[in-house]
Amino acid sequence: MPLLAVVALAAATFTFRIAGPLFRDRITVAPAAQRLLASAAAVLLVALAATSALTQDGGFAGWARPAGVLVAGILAARRVPFPVVVLAAAIVTALLRLAGVH
Amino acid sequence: MRIPWRTSHRELHRDVALVCLADGIVGVSFGATAVAGGLPWWVPVIMSLLVFAGGAQFAAVGVVLAGGSPVAAVAAGALLNTRLLPYGLAVADVTGPAEVSGAARPAGPGRRWLTRLLGAHLTTDESVAFALRHTDPAPRRTAFWTCGVALFTVWNVAVLLGVLAGSVVRNTAGFGLDATFPAVLLALALPTLADRRTCAAAGTGAAAAVALTPVLPAGLPVLAALGGLACLWRRR
Repeated sequence: MPLLAVVALAAATFTFRIAGPLFRDRITVAPAAQRLLASAAAVLLVALAATSALTQDGGFAGWARPAGVLVAGILAARRVPFPVVVLAAAIVTALLRLAGVH
Repeated sequence: MRIPWRTSHRELHRDVALVCLADGIVGVSFGATAVAGGLPWWVPVIMSLLVFAGGAQFAAVGVVLAGGSPVAAVAAGALLNTRLLPYGLAVADVTGPAEVSGAARPAGPGRRWLTRLLGAHLTTDESVAFALRHTDPAPRRTAFWTCGVALFTVWNVAVLLGVLAGSVVRNTAGFGLDATFPAVLLALALPTLADRRTCAAAGTGAAAAVALTPVLPAGLPVLAALGGLACLWRRR
């Protein structure tokens, strides 16, 4: 990942951050647009979670990783604290691999 | 409900510490995942200092590690961060310099600008959530800045630790580290899947992205998932 890409993402991010405080008297984000952006972010996060859980180099990533992520998802849905969710994903996946499930 | 300011101060520190602990673990996982995936050590470190937005950082690095182009990585990260614009509007009263009347030593214009830039940079899901818990200006400001400064420190130290761990530990798969990345994304996304139509959009998008992964160049399947947003308009 080139430095230019990191800087470009940083610049875009800071633009979104500073625009609100600078132009708060002039900008109004329509509630519909705000909801669409929130939904777009949710879609992107879930798609990224799914592809990174299930695929590796364009193929299937094996069973251990998605199993760990599934357990984490169930725990997160039950409002288990975040650190526990993240550790559970790693532990379940590591244990499955230790048991020979890949 | 009115909470006495002194007791809520201790509560604030406790809650900020809990959030910092959670994000610290995510930061370690981010740093380790990035270098274990083959990125140079400075990419996660510089990114955490300059971008300072966990979800977008994970998204961008995830696209690159999957073999996607830097353009797709920046697009995915930037799109996730568009939510910072409405956040900035919601807490604009506390991110800038304090409007003190009759202050003994009013800050000069240079310092006021520095405060404004710094306050904008510290705008995150967490700091905004802490600010929005209060309506009075003083506790609002304290909550925002306490959370923002603490989180910035913890996040960057954690990412650095993760980078060190990721470069020392060779067999990251053995520790299940690769599962933490999708787990973090899922945990971040779940609270935003409040209504059924967003769930349908996310499910359709994710299924499409997974199905398209073997055929499309890396990075594009995730962006193609945005087509799932069409579910928002159907069966209204």
